[in-house]
Amino acid sequence: MAPRQRPLSPHLTIYRWPVTMATSITHRVTGVGLSVGTLFLAWWLIAAASGPEAYQTFAHLAASPLGELVLFGFVWALAFHLLNGIRHLAWDMGYGFDVPTALTVSWLVIVLSVLLAVAAFAAAYLGHGGFNA
Amino acid sequence: MSMETPLHRVQGLGASHSGVKHFWRQRMTAAALVPLSIWFAWAVLGLVGASEAQVLAFLARSLNGPLAIPLNAILMGAFVVILLYHMVLGLQVVIDDYVHSEGGRIFLMLFTRAFALAVGAVSLFALLRIAGPV
Repeated sequence: MAPRQRPLSPHLTIYRWPVTMATSITHRVTGVGLSVGTLFLAWWLIAAASGPEAYQTFAHLAASPLGELVLFGFVWALAFHLLNGIRHLAWDMGYGFDVPTALTVSWLVIVLSVLLAVAAFAAAYLGHGGFNA
Repeated sequence: MSMETPLHRVQGLGASHSGVKHFWRQRMTAAALVPLSIWFAWAVLGLVGASEAQVLAFLARSLNGPLAIPLNAILMGAFVVILLYHMVLGLQVVIDDYVHSEGGRIFLMLFTRAFALAVGAVSLFALLRIAGPV
């Protein structure tokens, strides 16, 4: 006997995305992205430990357009994962679950993470001679 | 009559292999990473465009007084180790959710752990070389 066609509950593609769905999956994506970023952290440290020439090579690559783009991605991802992670910790303690708060804080996390990343790059360019030093 | 062994019953885990260990460790590493990430961002921002000598000086700088330890290198080491632990716990959840074949799951679990150990070993070696004794 063929199995009866039973109704399926709607999946991700059916729903109109609320912003909370976007921040939820972005938390996961930034987490995976930052995992790759640990390679660059280790690279930076080992370059610094390997002498001026090795460090110069690293700094040169980091200051290239592609390097800066990748670094901006990591800076934003860290800012997002940090802010949204604090939100997760608040959730674990039972705060921030009602719908208006969840929506407001989602937007807050998105806007603040972009602002922090832009501010970090602005500070690097203005305050420390940027990547050109 | 229950088929459970007495040990299994007092462990109280049912069909699962572990309890809240994973959840708790992920939260505790997250809480530790909040201040450490802020410190890391501050440190890296200050070192943008710095020469190798300036980076070494920052990481190897010792505190004055009786506890003459290279605090920045120690914080960087703590950041790397806790970050990698948090990463392994987080990636495990991602793998559990999306990888359905047992072989792929085991491979990726081993791969993420080997990756974390390799990145951690290289980072700590670098920090010891920069700020260690000698």
